[in-house]
Amino acid sequence: MEEQVKKSPLDEKEEYIINMGPQHPSTHGVLRLVVSLRGEVVRNVEPHLGYVHRGIEKMCESITYPQIIHLTDRMDYLSAHINNEAVSLAVEKALEIDIPDRIKVIRTLMSELTRIQSHQLFWATFGMDLGGLTCFFYGLRDREKVLDIFEETCGGRMIVSYNCPGGLMYDIHPNFQKRVKEFIKYFRKTLPEYDQLLTGNVIFRERTIGIGNLSLEDAISYGVTGPSGRASGFSCDVRKHEPYSAYGRVYFNEVLYSEGDTYHRYLARIEEMRESMNIIDQLIDNIPEGPFAVKMKPIIKLPEGEYYQRVETARGELGVYIISDGNKNPYRVKFRSPNFVNLSALNHMAKEFKIADLVAIGGSLDLVIPDIDR
Amino acid sequence: MGIKGIKREEFKDNESLELLKESGGNVILTTIDDVINWGRKNSLWPLTFATSCCGIEMMAAGAPRHDFARFGMEVYRASPRQADVIVVAGTIVNKMAPVLKRLYDQMSEPKYVVAMGACAISGGPFFLNSYSVIKGVEHVIPVDVYVPGCPPRPEALLYGMIQLQRKIEMETMKSRKIRSSEHNSK
Amino acid sequence: MNKTELGDFIKSLEQDCEINEGKQFTEISVPAGKLHKLAENLRSNEETSFDFLFCLSGVDYGVDLGVVYHLRSTKLGHSIVIKVRTSDRVNPHFDSVTDIWKTADFHEREVYDLLGIKFTGHPDLRRLFLDNSWGFPLRKDYTDDINIVTK
Repeated sequence: MEEQVKKSPLDEKEEYIINMGPQHPSTHGVLRLVVSLRGEVVRNVEPHLGYVHRGIEKMCESITYPQIIHLTDRMDYLSAHINNEAVSLAVEKALEIDIPDRIKVIRTLMSELTRIQSHQLFWATFGMDLGGLTCFFYGLRDREKVLDIFEETCGGRMIVSYNCPGGLMYDIHPNFQKRVKEFIKYFRKTLPEYDQLLTGNVIFRERTIGIGNLSLEDAISYGVTGPSGRASGFSCDVRKHEPYSAYGRVYFNEVLYSEGDTYHRYLARIEEMRESMNIIDQLIDNIPEGPFAVKMKPIIKLPEGEYYQRVETARGELGVYIISDGNKNPYRVKFRSPNFVNLSALNHMAKEFKIADLVAIGGSLDLVIPDIDR
Repeated sequence: MGIKGIKREEFKDNESLELLKESGGNVILTTIDDVINWGRKNSLWPLTFATSCCGIEMMAAGAPRHDFARFGMEVYRASPRQADVIVVAGTIVNKMAPVLKRLYDQMSEPKYVVAMGACAISGGPFFLNSYSVIKGVEHVIPVDVYVPGCPPRPEALLYGMIQLQRKIEMETMKSRKIRSSEHNSK
Repeated sequence: MNKTELGDFIKSLEQDCEINEGKQFTEISVPAGKLHKLAENLRSNEETSFDFLFCLSGVDYGVDLGVVYHLRSTKLGHSIVIKVRTSDRVNPHFDSVTDIWKTADFHEREVYDLLGIKFTGHPDLRRLFLDNSWGFPLRKDYTDDINIVTK
């Protein structure tokens, strides 16, 4: 009699589903990924969202325009200055106000410092996710220096409500220029240390080169912008295509690569930190004199119509779409958030890679979950 | 800009409780209480739970500048079964509340809760006009220490954790039994 | 192409639309039935080649419900706005453009979740942020006495 070979219920060829639940050390916030696997190979990744959905777009319909600034701070909190700048620019464009030069230059300086600070945090957490805990300590140690500069001028470390329609809330601190110059000098010496620690590391390169490829057509079709899109060759830098504030008068390169894998998304951010330091160098010595805010009416009412403003945050293109019907509250505000769109490409990028690579791919997209859920 | 440390004598809050503890009580039992409390308070292991912006300030509290490893708290556990304290940092919305309750139930006694940030205390900036934010995490789980701020500075979080440590120091065997039965009945 | 040239060219592609020169972009209103054909044409046509859909928003106009599409061309550098409307509030539906621009997948799910507008032809139309028992919060007639605290 032949023996029947028993098949185990979880045979290798069948798919099974695991849940990387909302509380997870590597998902950078409350993101739930339902991953369907065959062995160790990922077949499908489905994000479930809404665990931080606070209803910001509905809230904006019952508050005034300056009050929206305080909510945009908390959406993508690592680019708080840039989010505030988006709403301020939209309101100023609608009211057709001319902003003095001093305000534009200070806004640009603060935005570039915000970009450096956000990429430092990306470096710290990306290294930590892949197992190199030292990166966490080095990155956050240097980030504290930027937060000191913010705190002296704006009062807050991360949540600063500094830009407002009409200009800035307060003038810069007298020590601002000195501190920024000290920081740039320090950081130019420290950034090669980051390269030594992580970029040239054999284990890091094995884990990231060739993983999670995104081609140029897919990047445009999925709408992936920011450093993630530029690593695939998609030239989408708003600062170059539609310059706002003082970006029209500084020289900087747009960081483009063509490979589109995890390693180049990481490299794009490190290079962007260098370009940001170049921009700051060009502007810090010549901050023009002038007022720090334009006199506005106490109650701001936008004329009827629709206004769209794009800015380049640390993660991609943020769009603010305001529909106004002439009252002091907006009729509809829509935030086109970069993280929402970048996440939609995760399924496409992670197919046929292993589950350990999923962590690397998700980390390289640099997602901030409250921006997705708004 | 150095931040000066707060001297222990300047914590004016728990004075009366501490006085009460120093008087009265069996010598052997209070010594055992002291030893157990000393062990518990100096090695509180937090659960990795951060919803929004306060999470970054919690990470900054573990960073080299405001290090909380000197208080024994740098060991973050990902699994709730191995953690002692859950620091609720960030907004809790309707969809997240059952998840939070499930995590809290999975933690084993003794467990403590710190509500960090304005969103966890009372809904914060999202109190008015929002349809899905829970106005305070105490509607879901019982809270021990509230740390106000939006976001609170890392020094404020450290102050809150030290207050929690002093609260743990006050526990006696009887009060621990009352506390666990309260938690189990909720 | 600048705004007026774009408007004329699109009018020649599709006669049944209204062109409106806004302050920023040329705005095109199409009836709901012609949306998919026009969108496909705009993407594949050499003169326009709108291959980047950068914003898809749902709006409740009070009486009507509508969707606004913002498009840009990465090769030629011009942008345009397409609007569709329907006055059916009980069962509003439009054609999905997921097969033309893949980014519409998540955006249309969000519009369905918050406004209740269905998209025919969408591969997987489920609610995204909220669960099935919530109403549609972004509609103007949404009231919730328990959760919303207003001054």
